[in-house]
Amino acid sequence: MKRTPLHDAHVELGARLVEFSGWEMPLQYPTGINEEHLAVRHGVGLFDVSHMGEVVVSGPGAVEFLRYVALNDAAKLRVGRAHYSMLANDRGGLIDDVYLYRIGDEEYLLVCNAGSREDVVSHLRRLATGYDCTVIDRSDEWALLALQGPGSAVLLERLAKTDLTELRKNGLRELELFGATVRIARTGYTGEDGFEIFVPAASAEEVWRGLVRAGATPCGLGARDTLRLEAGYALFGSDLSATTNPLCTPFKWVVKDKEFFGREKIWGASCPRVLVGLKLNQRGVARHGYRLFQGQQQIGEISSGTISPVTREGIAMGWIDRRFATPGQAVSVEIRGQKVPATIVEMPFIEG
Amino acid sequence: MNIPDDRRYNKTHEWAQEADGMVTVGISDFAQDQLGDVVFVELPNVGQAVKAGEAVAVVESVKTASDIYAPVDGEVAEVNELLESKPELINESPYAEGWMFRISAASADMSGLLDADSYRAVAEEDS
Repeated sequence: MKRTPLHDAHVELGARLVEFSGWEMPLQYPTGINEEHLAVRHGVGLFDVSHMGEVVVSGPGAVEFLRYVALNDAAKLRVGRAHYSMLANDRGGLIDDVYLYRIGDEEYLLVCNAGSREDVVSHLRRLATGYDCTVIDRSDEWALLALQGPGSAVLLERLAKTDLTELRKNGLRELELFGATVRIARTGYTGEDGFEIFVPAASAEEVWRGLVRAGATPCGLGARDTLRLEAGYALFGSDLSATTNPLCTPFKWVVKDKEFFGREKIWGASCPRVLVGLKLNQRGVARHGYRLFQGQQQIGEISSGTISPVTREGIAMGWIDRRFATPGQAVSVEIRGQKVPATIVEMPFIEG
Repeated sequence: MNIPDDRRYNKTHEWAQEADGMVTVGISDFAQDQLGDVVFVELPNVGQAVKAGEAVAVVESVKTASDIYAPVDGEVAEVNELLESKPELINESPYAEGWMFRISAASADMSGLLDADSYRAVAEEDS
């Protein structure tokens, strides 16, 4: 199993380490997932997300190439800006969902999921032939930390002795942090204000320890999952997959009307099932794979679910027959043989 | 690992404590630690007849749903209703406030259960 440069720091903090996409990652620290979740909602949490892949696409043809290979429009990104995007396969499904950062006129940084890294890199390399650009996998050179929560800007401003007011959501810049030159972006996947910090691998431990010393609560992948779900963000591998047509999800805004790889299949398909948010009407946990019913008729299944640490309600995402996908619609989730009443709702599940 | 010796244990990590024909059941400190934050508990019905080894309750943590097995034969006499609103009591106080249910058993046969030392060996093997 692969380890991030922060492995020793996690062990020291008493993290419970688990296997995730070939990496040994912290699931949680001794205080537990709920407290970590609430630290991000109310204070500052710190995640090691170094397992994610970082791919640099550069060259005079980088913009044109990325317009073709990614569903969102890379040409709309100015230097120093980032957006959520997706990569399609040629069957009307997805290779991965990604974040794309424009770090120079002709240079982009694409962050992908750990489990998709090899697929993404080979897909990009294959399609880049014919474009004047190069695709380099830089995942092993950088660690990636996510400092998330309403207090993160104040904390980072104090530590980096800089003003971050001008750095808007999805903005990107460099700064000095604990002696290291890092690239920060006002992005994250928790639904809170926060920053993702790209750190050279050799400096990762120092930056991590410094942030923890300054009061950031170390958070593991468990809290990351409950936070992203509460915020209505999808997880590739659970909610999204190689057979997901993005136009059948709440993230269809990503798909811009332009030429792109996979376009014909994506625009040409209909959506017999769509991805929606659900709330259970009583306490319970709807988990991945649980079936959705309308009376005796199966109408879909849960793609991910948890109990919201903020509202303490059972929340979930699921793929459902589009005839039952209207907010307010009553359905039921089969939990261990019992049909538990639930309601289709708009996401996010909490006030942003 | 906190494994008090005033009760007996299932290999499946439940504890059972007998007093006056009533067996109180919960999960061990080791089990709650392995599960992580408990977010929901599905308790058996009062009056329900149960058999030793039968799954009668479910503890849901953020990560997973785990069956809880009855340690003895009998009838569910009482459930800890506090767990419906405060499932975290299982993490905070697994041996006291986090008890789950009581089985009334005319002659509770605890002989098939482990003592603290034997259970410690099981827990160490599972950790």
